Formats: sequence, C-alpha cells, structure tokens
Amino acid sequence: MTRCLLRSAVAALSSAVIAASAFAGELVINTDTSDPAPKAAFEQLIMDFEAENPDITVTWNIFDHEGYKTSIRNFLTADAPDIANWYAGNRMLPYVNAGLFEPVDDVWEENGLNESLMSSAASMTIDGKKWGVPYTYYQWGVYYRQDIFEDLGIAVPTNWDEFKAACATLAENGIAPITIGTKYLWTAAGVFDYINLRTNGYDFHMALTRGEIPWTDDRVRATMDNWKELVEAGYFIENHAAYSWQEALAPMVQGNAAMYVMGNFAVAPLREAGLTDDQLGFFQFPEITPGIPVAEDAPTDTIHIPSNASNKEDAKRFLAFLARADVQTKINATLGQLPLNSASEVSDDKFLQAGFAMLSAADGGIAQFFDRDAPAEMAKAGMEGFQEFMVKPERLDTILERLEKARGRIYK
Amino acid sequence: MTTSALSQRKLAPWLFLAPGILFFLFYVIFPIFESMQISLYAWDGLGDKTYVGFDNYVELVDDEAFYTSLKNNVIWLVLYMLAIPAGLFIALFLNQTVTGIRLYKSLFFFPFVISQVVVGLVFSWFYDPSFGLLNVGLKSLGLDPIAVLADERFVTYGIIAAGLWPQTAYCMILYLTGLNAVDPEQIEAGRLDNARGWKMLWYVVLPQLKPATFIAIVVTVIGALRSFDLVSIMTDGGPWGSSRVLAFYMYEQAFSEYGFRMGYGAAIAVVLFLIMLVYISGFLFKMYKDEQER
Repeated sequence: MTRCLLRSAVAALSSAVIAASAFAGELVINTDTSDPAPKAAFEQLIMDFEAENPDITVTWNIFDHEGYKTSIRNFLTADAPDIANWYAGNRMLPYVNAGLFEPVDDVWEENGLNESLMSSAASMTIDGKKWGVPYTYYQWGVYYRQDIFEDLGIAVPTNWDEFKAACATLAENGIAPITIGTKYLWTAAGVFDYINLRTNGYDFHMALTRGEIPWTDDRVRATMDNWKELVEAGYFIENHAAYSWQEALAPMVQGNAAMYVMGNFAVAPLREAGLTDDQLGFFQFPEITPGIPVAEDAPTDTIHIPSNASNKEDAKRFLAFLARADVQTKINATLGQLPLNSASEVSDDKFLQAGFAMLSAADGGIAQFFDRDAPAEMAKAGMEGFQEFMVKPERLDTILERLEKARGRIYK
Repeated sequence: MTTSALSQRKLAPWLFLAPGILFFLFYVIFPIFESMQISLYAWDGLGDKTYVGFDNYVELVDDEAFYTSLKNNVIWLVLYMLAIPAGLFIALFLNQTVTGIRLYKSLFFFPFVISQVVVGLVFSWFYDPSFGLLNVGLKSLGLDPIAVLADERFVTYGIIAAGLWPQTAYCMILYLTGLNAVDPEQIEAGRLDNARGWKMLWYVVLPQLKPATFIAIVVTVIGALRSFDLVSIMTDGGPWGSSRVLAFYMYEQAFSEYGFRMGYGAAIAVVLFLIMLVYISGFLFKMYKDEQER
C-alpha cells in the first residue's frame, strides 16, 4: 500500500515536471557519444537542429560509453529522455520486447525513409515495425601496413591461400602477421564473424546467431578449422589475451605486426599514433569458399524514442532531421563513418571510400556484429569460447560442446 | 519511579537505535530476502518475472564457470591470509626508534591509502608481457616472459599478489598499533627468563597481540571475499573466465553488458551469502564467547 502511494506520488510529481517541460518545447537527448569525434558530431548536429527549429530547446546529456549500457536500462523505465541512441539488430530486442521503445513507422513513411534508408530497414525492423532511425555505420575488414607489404613484395591477398601465404612471408621476416587484443573478448568475435561469413555465407551465419544451428555442426567446425590454421601457425600476436584492442594497436604502429581485423574506428587512433595514409591500408577480408555471395560486418548506430518520452512530437522531428541526406552527410564527415541515407555523400577519406564501395557491393548481406546479431548471453559465451580457442586451439571440442549446451539453454 | 520515567527508560534506547535499525532493515536484511526471492525467477530486469522454482540453482550446479569462481574464492581466502604474517613482520621490523621512522612507516602504509583501482592498474603494467617490470627482469635473467594475466595457470595468483600489497600494509598498521600496547614489563620479565628471538615472539609478544590478530583476520577475510575490484580492473574475469570469483561472476550475470540475468545472479549471491554466513556465525560466536568471559 505504501509502495502504491509512493509510486503515485512520484508519478504525479513527474507528470507535473513533464507538463512544464513539454510546454517549453524542450527535447531531452541522452547519448553515449563521449569520445571526441562523436561528441563534436553531436554538438554540431544539435546546433543545426536548434537553428532550424527555433521553437525547440535541446537538453543534451552525454554518458560515458560503458556506463551508458547500464544507465539506459534505468532511464528508459524511470526517467525517460525524448531521444536515446543505441544499436540496431538484436541489441535493441530486449527494449522492444519490454515495450520501452516507441515504434516509428510513421516517421519512416512520412519522410520517405523506406526508400532512402532501404539498405538498413531490415536491421531496424522487429515484429514488422520500425523501432528507430539509423544514422551511421562503418565497415569491418583488414587494416594493414601497406609499406611493410610493399617492402616484402606481398600483394593484397584476395583468397584464403594468398592470405596464408602473406602471413607466412610476414612471419618469416619476423613480423607478427596479425595483431589482436582479446582481453575484452569482442575483437575475437570479429575474426570469427569473417571466417564464418566467408566459409559458410551470410544465411548460415545469421541462422547460427539466431540459434537455429548447433555449434557442433560440421560447418561450424569447418570455420574453426580454417581459424585453427592461423592460430596453430602462430599468425596472431602472442599474449593477445592480456591486451585491449587499443593496446594491440601498438605493435602495428611500431611495425612489429602487419594486419588487424578491425572496424573503421581503428583508423583514427592509428593516424594519431603517426601512421600516414601511405603506411596504412585497408583490404576486404579474403574469400575462403569460392563463389558464395560476399557478406560484410557493418554495425549500425541508431537513435530511438523511448515509450515513456514526454515530447514525442518534437522527438519525431529530430528523427526525421537526422535521417535527412544532407544531415547524415555532415554528421558522418565528423564521425569519420558512413551515412546510411542513399542520397548522402561519403567523405573523400580513402578508408571510407573503400568501405563504402565494399559495402555497396556486398550482395550476400550486411551482418551487424556477433554481439549484436546473437543474444547477449550467447554472445558472451561465444566470445569467451573464441578467446580460449585462440590460446588453446586443442580444446576446440570442449568449447563447441559448451557453446552447444549454452545454445540449448538460451534459445528456449 | 513514575510510569513515564520507566517507559522513558525502556523507550529511549529503542528510539536511539531506531534510525540504525531502520537503515539496517532496508539496506541489509530486506535485500537479502529479496535476493532469495529473485533467485527463484527468470528476469532480465526490464520485462515480467517468470517463476522458475529452483531452476537457477539446478543450472548453477551444472555450471563450470560457477565452480571456477568457487575454486578461485577458496584460493583467495587461503592465500590472502599471507597478509597477516607479512604485516606482522613488517610491523616488528618498523617498531623501533630510528630517525625518520615515521616517514618509513607512512611509506609502508602508502599502498593501503591508494585506491584498489590504481593498485590494479599498476600491477597490470607490472605484469605486462612486453614492457612490464616483471618481464623486463625475467628477460635480463635470460628467461622467457610470462603473460601472468593472460595465462589461466597464473592469473588468479597474479591478482592475489596485487591484492596482498595493500592488505599487508593494512595488517601492518593494525600490528603497529597493537605493538604500542605490548607491556614492556612482560618483555623485561621474559628477557630475565632468557627468552629471545622466536620464543619471545611466540610466547610473550604474540599472545598480547591477540586482539590485533583477530581484527587482522576479520578484515583479511572480508578483503578476500570482496575481491571484485581487482579482478574487474586487471582481467575482467579473463582469460576466458578463469580468474572470476563469485562476487564478480554475480556482477557479470546480473549487471554487465552481456548479463542482465537477475535471477541467476541472485542465485549466485545467495550461495555467496551462505558461504559468508558460515564465517559470520563463527565470528559472532567468538564475539559472544569473549563477551561472556569478561
């Protein structure tokens, strides 16, 4: 009884606050864009929005990147902003299921987003409804030391044999072929995604992350066997389980390692560390099974309207604004990433151009990333297994059986 | 005596205790029972709770990661006790009058003053396989570097060593204050009876340090059981979960990025609580007995 009283008191109080703020045309935006480039991009975005909509005042709360993952659960239920950023695919599923995100199909229809954002419509759709607007994405692939490859006379590998040959040449010359830091696990999932996408294709990969295929399946084994070739030959840097992804950049900058399977966000710190565009290059992860349609990993960042938002009308205006071609062009130029609107322009940065060309030609499909395609629990179990596999490849059977057991439990 | 004075006497203590009791009820007792209740549900913290009976516990019994954490907790409890003798010997060593001894004492106490997070970071760098002091040292001796924090065999011991650094300082300060209270006359008497060295320490000094030892054991056990921060900073439970302890595993299942299984996390918390209960009841029993003796 006291609880009910308390709750209704809080509700009364908050509705009073809401009434006051709605009257002022105030839009509250929560984001986790605390890194320098995203922060600058959002600063600009909000200024432009306010300039175009003088009747709306934006209040913007920036959260630290890691803390946001916990805070979002609290503020969506208790003290909802009008806009929050998040990620596409399975990552938004818990909030959609709990009814915490508002469907925004009307924003898509009224602004013709079904055409201009067509490429990402699937990743924003759950139960036939759209739950937000995507504003940026970036490619994954192999970042490499172009100068080292040239010195050793290695051509950019386009298939698995060439890739292994390139690794072998690098290793003979005392350079670790591939750098990686698996302390926080997800980097290993990037390697898995690519080897699996190239070995078994997009449909198999998505079915696996949806839990429809046993981890002990022979096709998963085929993927792991390909990976094992790299692990057992010692093509990854030593002690990678002790490093974060940032720490693993160091050997590449020093020229002790030549390749990194990574997302485009690695370019900024590599440049800051002194690598020029002549030294740093990018190539698509090489083909493994010939002939299967090419699929890529390209995680998409999105914005959503919480169901408990108080100013949904203006929030929808903001969504429509951010979906516009010119706005996406501008924000992605600052972010150093790719716009999703098909009428937007990609900045002339060489990595973005390469990524854009690669993703436009991906006829197999665009995966989000292992930890966004698979449910959180499966992602965690999987990534831990990948890390263990990369250090102890001989435990493959135990690891796959463990993952299969987890699958049986998680996808009920 | 009037009735009002009587009731005042009876009431007053409870009134004074009331705030404490209320807070204790709300922040300690009530959450314990709520955890027990949540552990019977499957709940992601957002949607509806589903009652699953003892399923969470059944899963726990069959969970490798749980046993790894449990084993690590035992290792922590045993090895953390090293802080007590280490602290004692540093205290004995520092318990002398030399110029500047206060400075030395505070320097030895320094690791306890800095945050556990900083201790974790410092030791992570110390263990770093490429530039860490440990491996630079090993290299100069012609040995191969050891990636302590990336090797499932060493990782827990590596973190415990980091934890022992501040914990030893803590025990040292407890013993230093204890040594101030040692009766010089008894030492003198012991000297006359020809006790020296180990015998003096064991039969004359240590019995007088009993209260300090008791507190040292208490804080060390507590320190070992709440070893969450170092694990989180130094390895994040890795490699592949081999350095988890129960507290960390509970956090991971309930609150981390890939967790939000409140029911399962609560089940781990209940198990951790039961383990602590053994220790706490022992502690309470000892306190009770000491009270009786007085």
